[in-house]
Amino acid sequence: MNDKKWIIAGLLLFTVVVLSPVLWNAFKTPTPPEPVLSAKAKAAGYCVLAKDQMKAGHMQILDVWRDAVVRQGERVYKSTNGKEFNMSLSSGENSCIGCHTSKVEFCDKCHNYTSVRPYCWDCHNAPKEAM
Amino acid sequence: MKNSRRSFIKIAGLAALGIGSKPVLNAFAMAEEHGAGAKAATHVGEKALAAKQWGMVIDTRKLEKESDFAPIIAACHDAHNVPNMKEKRHEIKWIWQEDYKHVFAEMESKYLNERVEKLPLLVLCNHCENPSCVRACPTQATFKRADGIVMMDFHRCIGCRFCMAACPYGSRSFNFQDPRPFIDSKKFNPEFPTRMRGVVEKCNFCSERLAVGKLPACVEASKGAIVFGDLEDPASDVRKMLKSNYTIRRKPALGTSPAVYYIV
Amino acid sequence: MLELAVKGSKKYWLLVLALAGVAGIGFLVYLKQFSFGLGITGLSRDVTWGFYIAQFTFLVGVAAGGVMVVLPYYLHDYKKFGKITILGEFLAVAAISMCLMFIIADLGQPMRALNVLLYPTPRSMLFWDMIVLNGYLFLNIFVGWIVLEAERNGVAPPKWVKPFIFLSIPWAFGIHTVTAWLYCGLPGRGFWLTAILAPRFLASAFASGPAFLILLCFLIRKFTKFDPGKEAIQTVAKIVTYALIANVFFFVCEVFVAMYSNIPEHLTHLQYLFFGIHGHGVLVPWMWLAMILLVLAIVLLVNPNTRANETTLGIACAMLFAGAWIDKGLGLIAGGFVPNPFHQVNEYVPTPMEAMITIGVWAAGFLVLTILYKIAVGVKEEVTV
Repeated sequence: MNDKKWIIAGLLLFTVVVLSPVLWNAFKTPTPPEPVLSAKAKAAGYCVLAKDQMKAGHMQILDVWRDAVVRQGERVYKSTNGKEFNMSLSSGENSCIGCHTSKVEFCDKCHNYTSVRPYCWDCHNAPKEAM
Repeated sequence: MKNSRRSFIKIAGLAALGIGSKPVLNAFAMAEEHGAGAKAATHVGEKALAAKQWGMVIDTRKLEKESDFAPIIAACHDAHNVPNMKEKRHEIKWIWQEDYKHVFAEMESKYLNERVEKLPLLVLCNHCENPSCVRACPTQATFKRADGIVMMDFHRCIGCRFCMAACPYGSRSFNFQDPRPFIDSKKFNPEFPTRMRGVVEKCNFCSERLAVGKLPACVEASKGAIVFGDLEDPASDVRKMLKSNYTIRRKPALGTSPAVYYIV
Repeated sequence: MLELAVKGSKKYWLLVLALAGVAGIGFLVYLKQFSFGLGITGLSRDVTWGFYIAQFTFLVGVAAGGVMVVLPYYLHDYKKFGKITILGEFLAVAAISMCLMFIIADLGQPMRALNVLLYPTPRSMLFWDMIVLNGYLFLNIFVGWIVLEAERNGVAPPKWVKPFIFLSIPWAFGIHTVTAWLYCGLPGRGFWLTAILAPRFLASAFASGPAFLILLCFLIRKFTKFDPGKEAIQTVAKIVTYALIANVFFFVCEVFVAMYSNIPEHLTHLQYLFFGIHGHGVLVPWMWLAMILLVLAIVLLVNPNTRANETTLGIACAMLFAGAWIDKGLGLIAGGFVPNPFHQVNEYVPTPMEAMITIGVWAAGFLVLTILYKIAVGVKEEVTV
């Protein structure tokens, strides 16, 4: 066959296109985001789980929580250190947002960096931010 | 040959399951390490009110004027961020006012008592004992809780609206568009989530208030015209009301067994 | 065999392009609905299902109708249908594809559609509908393809495909039965709450599906070298005749029960559709038109001369298809929701955007049909040469 060069050129082009996002970012030095802990969260020092567990698994926790609250009516979470929390994203002092008072400084920092767009806030009310 | 393939599939399946659930297991495993034996757990709040089948008696003798209805409806709709849609066909209502002759249309009577003929009634989700909407829902996004509340899981609803076709009481509303622009910002309740477009919503018997020991918002605002309690408990307030008054329910012939009773 | 789909005349490519264009426009309008919500439709709190679900219901019928050529060939060894079973099967594939697209178009949260699999709920009829529709789609693609390939290679179809064919026959009845059960099991919707709904759906399906197939056969004969055969078409016409009469008979049964019993719950919906109530009656002219079309179709089909004459047969089939479409695609759904549970009348009229999405889905379905028929006819032409 004499289509060899076209096939190879096509394959090369395809590879470049597919890898373009990687190549685009290959020589940039990323600056990982630093979510800002609110004073209140800092003072508490402990979330419903330890920091590294929350970093890795907060989405699973929230998923388990929403089922527990809506479907079983269980709204109180007792953490391993005996503290009780209101299993709510954004209602009241004892909810997630009650402690992590800024969505922009806390949630959005990492979510934006990793291009994650959770739809929590389509319904749950984000705190008013001082812009 | 056959055997080894089967066992390979088994192992592969287990491995896939393991990868999927690992983060969750990790989280709980680490939680246990941290608390030195103490286990993290979820439970119902201490003040929460419990029942086997929540129910309601609406005393229409105490609800006559516009001024009797408005605060009750407002209490509910403000507490739950129910939007005020501009177009009537997109209307969202959890509790509202309707004429006797429409609410009890199948009990049509040619010559009605003068009071009943013009009688305005409060209507809401009946939290039926045999809810046809729950039967219809393909994802269990609407379901019956152990305490009898017919609940909506807005996270899970796919917006097929089968429940709306199945509800014989017209109690359900659909979010034809994003409801947020239609919520009065002055009355906005940050404690209760709004809804997003494309999901069905309706009265939830104030499950969020029952969970912290409060009665439903409409009951509180009704000045005694609405009585709320456990229908399965003979000593409850609702049962006492039902014992001493003649009550009717909407469309009893359909076998749904509504938990909302009316004294006419 | 796929290569047959990309080797075609200019006319074929023009058709493909035109259909793809219309489907593309429909998709662009759908993107608007996707971001804004179902508010762009004419649906309301009272009429919560409309055009999309109605088209879905009608097309399930068209899909099920394909079995009317499959069944006589495989169960009764009626050889004349051997040439056209593939047309019935591929028509079913296109129709079911449209059904699935209409269901997705009707969802408020289409991104969560797979929740139906994630939380399987056997007590919901919609769960079963998902199973029967996807199953039927698979069966028809699978059986159609294998049998066609065997035909192309000049060999008998493999024996192991037989069980799938036999399964597809009751399955066809299943898809329309379950679709009827979506409606007729709902308390408080008097118009649908009738045991005759599933049989009526099947009768209307076995009339409108094969009638459409006859029209397609005429087109194929005109534009290709493949002739489905006069005798086969005449037999399908007889099936259509019986099914149409059964459909109208079931409807008359329904009307009798509602009218003679005089029970308002059942009667008011028919009154709304055919006479209008409280001054509302957008569907009245449509419903009468449907009745006239169906009756005229019966007249033309029952008379042996007009049935044998292919011009009048074509007219009868077109009338039947249009009449059945109005009956199921307009009247059935809206009629069930009006009046509402409070006996108030809030009417439904589709919006232009909703109509464009609907036309887009039909175009996409016809695109699938065009491509599949191109392949099928291509094989047939090869074989006859």
